[in-house]
Amino acid sequence: MREAISTGDVEDAALQRGRFSRTMRRLSRDKLLVGIGLPGAIVIILFHYLPLLGNVIAFQDYQPYLGITEAPFVGLTNFSFLWDGNPAFLNALVNTLILTVIQTVLVFPVPLFLALLLNSLAGEKLKRLLQSILYLPHFLSWVIVVALFQQMLGNAGMLNTFLINHGLPQIHIIGVPDLFKGLLTTQAIWKDAGWGTIIFLAALSQVDQQLYEAAAVDGAGPWRRLWHITLPSLKGLFILLLILRLGNSLSVGFEQIILQQGPVGLEASEVLDTWVYNNGIIGGNWGMSAAAGLVKSVIGILLVIGANKLAHVFGERGVYEK
Amino acid sequence: MTTLEAAEHEAEAKGTPQSTVKTRKRPVWMERPNPLVQVVKAIALFISVILVIIPFWSVLATSLADQKTINKSAGGMVMWTSSPSLNAYKAILSGGVVTRAMIISIGITVVGTLLSLATTAGLAYWLSRKSFGSKPMLLLLLGAVLFTPGLIPSYLVVKEFNLLDSWWSLILPVMVNAFNVIVMRAFFQELPQELFESAEIDGASSFTILTRIVLPLSKAVLAVIGLFYAVAYWNAFFNALLYIQTTDKWPMALVLRTFVVNQTTIGGDQVGMSEVMPPQLPLQMAILVVAIVPILIVYPFLQRHFAKGVMIGAVKG
Repeated sequence: MREAISTGDVEDAALQRGRFSRTMRRLSRDKLLVGIGLPGAIVIILFHYLPLLGNVIAFQDYQPYLGITEAPFVGLTNFSFLWDGNPAFLNALVNTLILTVIQTVLVFPVPLFLALLLNSLAGEKLKRLLQSILYLPHFLSWVIVVALFQQMLGNAGMLNTFLINHGLPQIHIIGVPDLFKGLLTTQAIWKDAGWGTIIFLAALSQVDQQLYEAAAVDGAGPWRRLWHITLPSLKGLFILLLILRLGNSLSVGFEQIILQQGPVGLEASEVLDTWVYNNGIIGGNWGMSAAAGLVKSVIGILLVIGANKLAHVFGERGVYEK
Repeated sequence: MTTLEAAEHEAEAKGTPQSTVKTRKRPVWMERPNPLVQVVKAIALFISVILVIIPFWSVLATSLADQKTINKSAGGMVMWTSSPSLNAYKAILSGGVVTRAMIISIGITVVGTLLSLATTAGLAYWLSRKSFGSKPMLLLLLGAVLFTPGLIPSYLVVKEFNLLDSWWSLILPVMVNAFNVIVMRAFFQELPQELFESAEIDGASSFTILTRIVLPLSKAVLAVIGLFYAVAYWNAFFNALLYIQTTDKWPMALVLRTFVVNQTTIGGDQVGMSEVMPPQLPLQMAILVVAIVPILIVYPFLQRHFAKGVMIGAVKG
């Protein structure tokens, strides 16, 4: 604290007046700076921390006309879906977990493959062009992506029109419950695989070229070099991204799913997020939905902490140090 | 993490992070690539690029198609139309639901992005200087990245502020993205601090330093973050679904959902034309195109800054 105050006179005076006035003095010195930052800070507090406090309604019998302050506390009653085996909730939970696993196993590694592929290209200009095209879908909203997929794969879409014109059997992809998870996965890959390559490409460009040279001198062919140099160099980054992903893993594409729930029905498509939306905002079951949302967030945080521990066990840095 | 840090410094030095260290020429030690492998790689990349391009092309072609072309393809999408017409665009852009949504979305995007950039830069600047209260605020910010409030509490807060059915509900809750603040703060901290000191000695206030020194030096990061915000506002579907109830206040995302995804029939009274309506499919595809075009327009200008912005975020976040 002391060195922050510039002149000796001010320092002495401030020391005499104690901690509070020292704080006030610093505030008045920096008031313009604080003022510049304050609007942003207020928004964060109002729309991020206030809702966090709002989670209190998970323990209340919340009624819209009463408001948060008036609502009576009901303990853990709202969490009853956890132990009374609410079938709709269980269904949503199972779907969420399946999608989480599918997306972690199938969607997550795609950018790595794509990045390796792009990186092994010779021409810098061609590489740039391909990247620009592959990044683009990331910037489209889910509404647009879903609409595009409908037009391509829907019953009257491009694919089926093509198949009919060539006398082949039609394939129904949109609106079939059994194929829904595959559809979601394909959409997720289409939208974000290209974007995900950015970070891997940057890391790839940093691998020491001398390592490759040394390996080649030792007689390692291209595949050996990929296996023994490239992939190990990316391991830390890969694990870091995986952990970060786990924290969000129970949020499996809310917008994507809510847009396509109509034709496939709830059984195949309901996940935790949509259950909270349908049950709370639409169904007016505020307390219970807030409780489910809270459980989801807590699991997400636990997953990150757990995965990070695991990363430490395997000698990686993870998101934060021990 | 260490590789990333190195990556960032490298990017700093070179200015162009994606172009790898040298223009790629095969080093002497590397064997001639196996032609078969090269062909397989080329095909794999070609297919991925085609898979991205085809939907856009087909949507564009269908939006330009006339009734005859549509009929020929059994009412489905087309890849080529011999007599392109702009009727669908004329219909949706001559007043009515789509035009209004377009104006609303543009307004929200412009106002929102400007407000977001101003507040984000302000907060990032405060936190980048060792000043009063910046440390606890930084912790608060990191907490905001880590803990996301649930759907229901967020909705209730917007409701308690009486923002339901107001366009502000699409701007205020997402106005400051904590992650973007962290990215920008990291960028500000890397600027040469001597500049600030000398400006301070010359009697410049914090505000002057921000507007005259920091912001002009930060165009790259402002461009990237601005793009992220703008795209988020333009695309905002979820918040609109939650908070906007009146049909007249719909932004583009809700119009898209209703008329394109749910395929609700577009009537003559919903667009500017009432006499001769173009067929439904070109109309729907035209709506899709006008929703995509703004993104395509800003994309090339900002693209060169992507990697830099993303890398800073990855390293410091």
